[in-house]
Amino acid sequence: MANHAGNYTPGTGVERWLDERLPIVRFSKEHLMDFPTPKNLNYWWTFGAILAFMLVAQIATGVVLAMHYTPHVDLAFASVEHIRRDVNFGRIIQGTHAVGASMFFVAIYVHMFRGLYYGSYKAPREVIWMLGVILFVLVMATAFMGYVLPWGQMSLWGATVITGIFSAIPLVGEALQTLLLGGFSVANPTLNRFFSLHYLLPFIIAAVVVLHIWALHVPGNNNPTGVEVKESRDTLPFHPYYTMKDLFAVVVFLIPFAWFVFFAPDILGHADNYIPGNPQVTPTHIVPEWYLLPFYTILRAIDFNVLFIDSKLGGVIAMAGSMLVLFILPWLDTSRVRSGTFRPLFKPFFWLFVVNFIALAYLGAQPAEGIYILLAKICVAYYFAYFLIILPLLGRFERPAPLPVSISESVLGKANG
Amino acid sequence: MMLKKTILGAIAFASLALLGGGAVQAADEYAHTDQQNWSFAGVFGTYDQNQLQRGFQVYREVCSSCHGLDFISFRNLQEAGGPHFSETQVRALAAEYTIADETADGGTRDGVPADGWPAPFPSEQIARDSNGGAFPPDLSLITKARGVHMDFPWWVFNYFTGYQEGGADYVYNLLTSYEDAPDGVEVAPGQYYNAYFPGHMIAMGAPLSDGIVSYADEATPETLEQYALDVSAFLQWTGDPHMMDRKATGFRVIIFLVVFAILMYMVKRRIWRDAH
Amino acid sequence: MATASETKATRRDFLYIATGAVGAVGVAGAAWPLINQLNPSASVLALASIRFDVSSVEEGSSVTILWRGLPVFVRHRTPAEIEEARAVPMEDLKDPQADQDRVLEGHEEWLIMVANCTHLGCVPVGESGDFDGWFCPCHGSHYDTSGRIRRGPAPANLVVPPYAFVSDTVVEIG
Repeated sequence: MANHAGNYTPGTGVERWLDERLPIVRFSKEHLMDFPTPKNLNYWWTFGAILAFMLVAQIATGVVLAMHYTPHVDLAFASVEHIRRDVNFGRIIQGTHAVGASMFFVAIYVHMFRGLYYGSYKAPREVIWMLGVILFVLVMATAFMGYVLPWGQMSLWGATVITGIFSAIPLVGEALQTLLLGGFSVANPTLNRFFSLHYLLPFIIAAVVVLHIWALHVPGNNNPTGVEVKESRDTLPFHPYYTMKDLFAVVVFLIPFAWFVFFAPDILGHADNYIPGNPQVTPTHIVPEWYLLPFYTILRAIDFNVLFIDSKLGGVIAMAGSMLVLFILPWLDTSRVRSGTFRPLFKPFFWLFVVNFIALAYLGAQPAEGIYILLAKICVAYYFAYFLIILPLLGRFERPAPLPVSISESVLGKANG
Repeated sequence: MMLKKTILGAIAFASLALLGGGAVQAADEYAHTDQQNWSFAGVFGTYDQNQLQRGFQVYREVCSSCHGLDFISFRNLQEAGGPHFSETQVRALAAEYTIADETADGGTRDGVPADGWPAPFPSEQIARDSNGGAFPPDLSLITKARGVHMDFPWWVFNYFTGYQEGGADYVYNLLTSYEDAPDGVEVAPGQYYNAYFPGHMIAMGAPLSDGIVSYADEATPETLEQYALDVSAFLQWTGDPHMMDRKATGFRVIIFLVVFAILMYMVKRRIWRDAH
Repeated sequence: MATASETKATRRDFLYIATGAVGAVGVAGAAWPLINQLNPSASVLALASIRFDVSSVEEGSSVTILWRGLPVFVRHRTPAEIEEARAVPMEDLKDPQADQDRVLEGHEEWLIMVANCTHLGCVPVGESGDFDGWFCPCHGSHYDTSGRIRRGPAPANLVVPPYAFVSDTVVEIG
């Protein structure tokens, strides 16, 4: 697949001059226009472009918000209200940024579950997947720090709880937490550094996205059959076929996005964040934003000591493990068949995993009492079992359905049948 | 087929798990909320200008002696999509208040429309001292900072109806739920019994009663319920002053996006037609 | 057949052009809020016009007030000052402007000007200079009792902001 040398011929003398010095036009043509892309990608594949769009949208609105925001504990809350009330279009820009964070995660989760279903993490695409997991963690960190900036009650107490995770690390934990906060509690120094990092991280994310796409363009896209591209009639140039398809998907994605921004801008947030942060009063239920809930549940579910590991450290290990396990996933799944479509045993386990993940999110929003504690433990157990037991074993016992010979054959077969 | 069956099975499993979870919730943790039929509810909802003006009157004559409106300036009261008082009215209203201003002669001057709503107490500590230790919260965002609790399947619908009135419902229910404490419930001095307030013990005495505010409009009943409705609506506006503008823009944006999506779909179809 | 394929091509082009145009509208519509947010916010605009009660300013004295962050002179002129200003022949002026054009009819005694020297922005000193008006100590510009430049490096008369009397004693500037 490395054979995608474009057919760019500089037309004018100026173009030739530039091409010899900085072949940026050649590069764009090869990678953004002519790049051979499997012709059978379905709409689940458009979420990559949607995510690229969302990153740009968040950076654009974020840069604008930073022009009006004041990172100081006494002024931050009021400055966000100033944006909502007095700045021209402020309510819409701020709403777009806040709702945008949620929509970003919607797209991330769809993109990741698509990768999980179609086996996009398997050789030779392990590095794409690992970079994706890094991006996921970076986006979570950025979103978390962004949520602290309005300095409402949930900002303050969410930050207190999440940074408390670091104190669980043996020996250096307390010192590390103090270092991170710039004090002994979440206060003005914390808010200032979170603002700085919240502004910085998106640009690091953009850089990792470049690596993610670079790594993608070495083997080329996976596709719904999981069968590698064999000949040129399996592919189409990225432009105009996928540029237009992706653009269409972006516009459709914008419809629910706009719905939330204009008709329910607060529904994805938490009412307590409209109360200015107060270090003396804790909200009754501290709930992180919905997109962090599954991992919050994993953190809380470990309420028992294991040998010398106390429950607090255990929770942190489980949460870190839930992301590390994604990192090593390419080597855990032993099946030689990529696409879930041809794996009859894999499918029910996969869909159960999806439901289980939603259940983890739901449980994260519930108080840790009664039956929720037991349900959380079951769901956490399934999360890990899926990666550590089911996927390694399935590859040995499963008898996959017959694969199509090539992408073209599968497309034709569908057209005829 | 196989796929569909597994999805359906999974959804059924999830629903059972979630419903089962909901059932164990302590039944009396959340008081029942009597949801009102607000003019500003839903996608097409708009503020009732007269109601906001009445609500402002209730706020000013009753609530404002203890509760501030930090994020509201006098000028906001003349904005379209709000109480929409005339400029003259707002200017006269502002001039009734004395504003602390270091640059003015003697440190104070008459208010102007650009001034913020004057705080009832100079500091939180003074507010606490004058209210038996309790701090009367600022009301500018009270309807955003409160909500009503809903059990599992019901809150899902809010995402589709755009229900944003939980705060107004909360304020209305709180104001109308003062009653005598049931037998056996001890009410400490400085506390009052409120059937809706979480924990039922509230440091604010019943602020409203029939007839305490006299409306200029004879047709509007001067009852506790009406006062509570009006002031809740007013506080919804203070929390979300640009709601009507926002919704109007929203219609334009969504219609645009739908048209653009249809066009893009046709373009995409046209381009892909010769690909297969 | 040629005609048929031609119409087809035209229809396709029309779709592409229409979609492109709608897309351009969308991009412009999304860009406008991001640009317009740079303009003064509602809280800044609320202070863009101020009211000032001039009744406390005695004849022959002046006060300096702040308007849009700029100092503004409000001068209660004596009849002698007005007469002096109106007696100046136009050809003596560097930036010719009649005194009548610098005050409001019926309120000739009130001279309201932005208090920044038109040279480099210093605040001139009142009731001084060679023309009984203002003198800028920074670079030596002399203004007369109408605030017009008479001598020195300043190129223009002191700027009169837009203002109007909303009552006999209250002036609204801006």
